[in-house]
Amino acid sequence: MSFVFYVLAAMTLAGALAAVLLKNLVHCALSLTVAFAGLALLFLELGAQFVAFVQILVYVGAVAILVVFAILLTRSAETPKAGGVFSRTWLAGLSVAAAVFAVLGWAVLESTPWLPQTTEAPAADVEQIGEALMSRYVLPLEIVALLLTAALIGAVIVAMHEKEGAQ
Amino acid sequence: MIGSASPLAGYLLVAALMFAIGLAGALTRRNAILVLIGIELMLNAANLNLIAFWRYGPHPEALTGMMFAIFSIAVAAAEAAVGLGLVIQIHRHAKTTDVDQMNRMKG
Amino acid sequence: MLEKADQVFVLLLHWLVGYLPAAWQPAAGVLLCVVAIIAVYPTLFALAVLLERKGLGRMQNRYGPNRVGPFGILQPVADGIKSLTKEDIVPFTADAVVHFIAPLVLVVAVFMGFAVLPMGRNMVLVDLDASLLFFFAMGASTELSVFMAGWSSRNKYSLLGAMRAVAQMISYEVPLLLSTVGVVMITGSLSLVDIVDAQNRYTWGLAHWNVFKPWGLAGFVMFVIASMAETNRSPFDLPEGESEIVAGYFTEYSGFKFALFFLGEYVGMFGIAGLGTSLFLGGWSSPLAILNWVPSWIWFFSKVMVWICFFIWVRGTMPRLRQDQLMNFAWKFVLPMTLLNLLVAAEWRFVADLWLRWIAGMVIVVGAYVLMGRVGMRREHFGPRTYRYAE
Repeated sequence: MSFVFYVLAAMTLAGALAAVLLKNLVHCALSLTVAFAGLALLFLELGAQFVAFVQILVYVGAVAILVVFAILLTRSAETPKAGGVFSRTWLAGLSVAAAVFAVLGWAVLESTPWLPQTTEAPAADVEQIGEALMSRYVLPLEIVALLLTAALIGAVIVAMHEKEGAQ
Repeated sequence: MIGSASPLAGYLLVAALMFAIGLAGALTRRNAILVLIGIELMLNAANLNLIAFWRYGPHPEALTGMMFAIFSIAVAAAEAAVGLGLVIQIHRHAKTTDVDQMNRMKG
Repeated sequence: MLEKADQVFVLLLHWLVGYLPAAWQPAAGVLLCVVAIIAVYPTLFALAVLLERKGLGRMQNRYGPNRVGPFGILQPVADGIKSLTKEDIVPFTADAVVHFIAPLVLVVAVFMGFAVLPMGRNMVLVDLDASLLFFFAMGASTELSVFMAGWSSRNKYSLLGAMRAVAQMISYEVPLLLSTVGVVMITGSLSLVDIVDAQNRYTWGLAHWNVFKPWGLAGFVMFVIASMAETNRSPFDLPEGESEIVAGYFTEYSGFKFALFFLGEYVGMFGIAGLGTSLFLGGWSSPLAILNWVPSWIWFFSKVMVWICFFIWVRGTMPRLRQDQLMNFAWKFVLPMTLLNLLVAAEWRFVADLWLRWIAGMVIVVGAYVLMGRVGMRREHFGPRTYRYAE
């Protein structure tokens, strides 16, 4: 475990925590971006260059912007006057999340002796990824293309005004 | 120390913690957009797991984990677009993004 | 001798690093390159600002700055001193932290892009496998900084400008990316170094630049349009349309933070010009084989500066678009054309016959443009203009 890993993990987790804890939703979205960027850096640390750049391009460049737009369009940035930001059933939610983490953490810690020990980084250049996408994974690729088209049209129709003549 | 055993364990723990944070956010916050943010965090935690297993797994040259992560990113982007579109539409319809108040089945 | 001139910066780097112990050399080399990039581009920025103010002045029948120094060439220095000594005002209701971070994020993201640009033969900081993707990833992260600036200022003009900027940058990022896909298809690599190397070949003394091919020319035109929109340059400068929304997203910035935004905008322009040069104009290679003796970095920087001059010329010539025109143009013209360009590139890749692929490529490109032009003209009803004067 290198020093870099600890710094990046702390950055990612701090971003994630801030994203769910802060009151102002725009701050949440910006912290979420920090978490996304930290995750991209973790991918780089793992040697997955291509995925790291895709992560930044898609999450920081598109998803974070979408979230921000949605926040502004629904006027959610203003904190609600009554009731706070947490749900009435927050205790149940928190205990479920804590239970999930306990189980996952227990599983990881218990299986530590059997985890693989490889140290040399596997090579994954763009050429290999491209060849894999075009040969073995060509069907998933086509399905993702179809899904993205459907999602694009669906999102436009869902978010569109129902009034006549309005765009 | 956990980390000294295998670097994979550290990544898995980070992913587990991130997943738990996302789940807690999705389950406890009142705003629908924050629920979506929590879901995004959970998906990202899964991606970290996939990439970590690709890196330390037995067959990294097959690129399976990496491909999974790439497709997962694409699907998550589609999910975010449609989900946020729905939130905007619900806000237009019900004048609220509070999931606690979305408890009517009648429009 | 000329070989030495071509490699002067590389040799200088090796000479400087050679004084250090071997363990420090890689890190010191990277550090020196970073320092060089951070020194060179702001200098070019000062030069470009002066050029822009002078050039725009001439185009508008005035002198431009001519008070500071001989012919006003010290104007950038005066501007710099002014912005450094100005009071830094943060609005009372502003979100101070986000307001502070926004310009930093912008400048960092913009400078990161230069890490992968080949600025001369063997002159690239990191030769990444996916450097084109890296450049676009960095470009995408500037959008968020623009939003942060606009939102944190708590000013309606700032917010309007930021929303305009983000919507525009997202819309034009799609054609910007798609217009480069043709180049990637033909070269078969996402690495900018490989893309430039592939263009550094000569037939009959003429370079194999991508812009000289049908798909390259069409992609180049689309890239130029999208890059203008991406850098918020006129005629796509709605985010900072001063007659409508004061200064857009940096209305509430003053002093050094304003200077950082200004710097970020221009350095972003250099970045995108450098990218376009590498993709379509052969990067550091010379256009004619007989001009190969000119050092490669001179070619790169002169191409970038010509690109900047073109931006200035367009700014002095074109009126600003309306928001609906902007969006219609992106989604209904530029995007279909870039998609069509993929077809042309695929045709070029798979048709072996030299003449057939030229003719087919030209037919598709020219036919599509003529068709789109006809359709666009019919809908728009361009007629004689009617002018109304104030009474």
